[in-house]
Order: sequence, then C-alpha cells, then structure tokens
Amino acid sequence: MHGYISQSDKGELVIGGGADSYLNYSQRGSLPAIEHTVTALVELFPAISRLKMMRQWGGIVDMTGDRSPIIGLTPVEGLFVNCGWGTGGFKSIPGSGFVFADTIANDRPHPIAEPFGLDRFTTGAVIDESVAAAVAH
Amino acid sequence: MLKITCPVCGLGADETEFTAGGEAHIVRPASTDPENISDEAFRDYLYVRDNPRGLAHELWLCARGCGKWFHAVRDTYSHEFKMFYKLSDPKPQLNLTKKPRARAKAAKS
Ligand SMILES: [Zn+2]
Repeated sequence: MHGYISQSDKGELVIGGGADSYLNYSQRGSLPAIEHTVTALVELFPAISRLKMMRQWGGIVDMTGDRSPIIGLTPVEGLFVNCGWGTGGFKSIPGSGFVFADTIANDRPHPIAEPFGLDRFTTGAVIDESVAAAVAH
Repeated sequence: MLKITCPVCGLGADETEFTAGGEAHIVRPASTDPENISDEAFRDYLYVRDNPRGLAHELWLCARGCGKWFHAVRDTYSHEFKMFYKLSDPKPQLNLTKKPRARAKAAKS
C-alpha cells in the first residue's frame, strides 16, 4: 500500500502516486496505478471514498537499478550527472545541488556524493535505501 | 489498462492478472569459468537496459493463470502488443524503421 495526500489552498485533495511495473512512455497515467493509490488512501481516510476524481496526471520518472540517484563523474571527461531521482526527489534534490556543484568545481566526487557514483553498479556497492522518500522500495 | 494474452495457457485478461518481468533476452554471463567474468559483464547483465521508447521485447508472468513466464513485443509509447510468444520461441526481429510518434500519426490519419 502506497499513497500520499495533501490539500491545496482551493480545497482540492492532491493525491499520488505510484509507478507502473513496466516501461511506459505514454505519459497518460494508468488505471491500475490510480486504483492502487486510491485504495491505499480510502483505507486510511474512508470519508474520501465519496469524492469524485477531477483529473489525473502521469509522467515519466527516471528510476535506477537500486532506486537511489546517480551523482558524480562519468566515463566522459567533463560530463557530470545528477539524475535517477525517480520517486525520491523533492526533499534531497536541493541538497544534492550543493554537493554536485562541489563535485563539478573540483572534478572529483564530493565525499557525501561519493557512494552515489555510477561505478557502484560495477563494484556491487549499491545503495539499498529510499533517499528521502520514506518509502520502502 | 493493458490487455494481455498468455501464449502458454491462452488466458486473455487485464494486466492486473499478470506480472511484468522487464526486458527479455538478457543473457547471463557464461558460468563455466566464473572467476574470469568481469564486473562490467555482470553490471550489464544486472543493470544495463535498453529502455526503448517504442518496440520492446519483454518478459511477463501469467501470475493468475498458468504461472508460466512468457515473452511479448510491446510498444512502450502506444502500449500496443505486437505479439506474444513462448520462452522457447526465438527472439523475433523488430521493424524499427519508424519512430513511435510517426507510427501513431500514421495510425490516426
Ligand atoms: Zn498462462
């Protein structure tokens, strides 16, 4: 079960959000993902089962092999990446900007960013944590 | 909602009856000489995927039916399934001459 909910200033409830279990570039959203999210939230707040859904939105998330971002150098000289934030971005992306700037300025990974390098998929030192999303991936 | 047909038992049902298994035809590095398999080869096997926007070979599990894995060719932009085939069937060659958006336009007109 997985869902989040917040109320906008207009009073509408903004809810979300899951990812499809398969590749999807349509950006149309999908019924099983909506049903999964709504099921979780109705279980938590039964009263919202009476609400009508006004609109839905679907986009593309960049997921990595271990669900953690990739921050650091690449095999191409002068090319740096800060990507793969997938479902876990909102809270830690601003912080990652500081270590990424330091990484670019010094052409080496910032100590905090070091474990998030692209080479972790070769060494096997993958990061089994959910970054800031507080979601057990 | 994807509509899927299992080529093993013939079950035709919604995607919720099946489990997606990701990209198909990924070959594990040969294990006759395990000490000499490079880390890069295992990285490619475990993590490197094509993620095409368009036609893709995929693995699916007939989770609520016969319980067997099978293959499918699906357009990841339009969701159209081109074919379903068994694990023992050879990998079909895909016609990738047209980009998905061009195909979608052609289908509309
Ligand atoms: Zn089946």
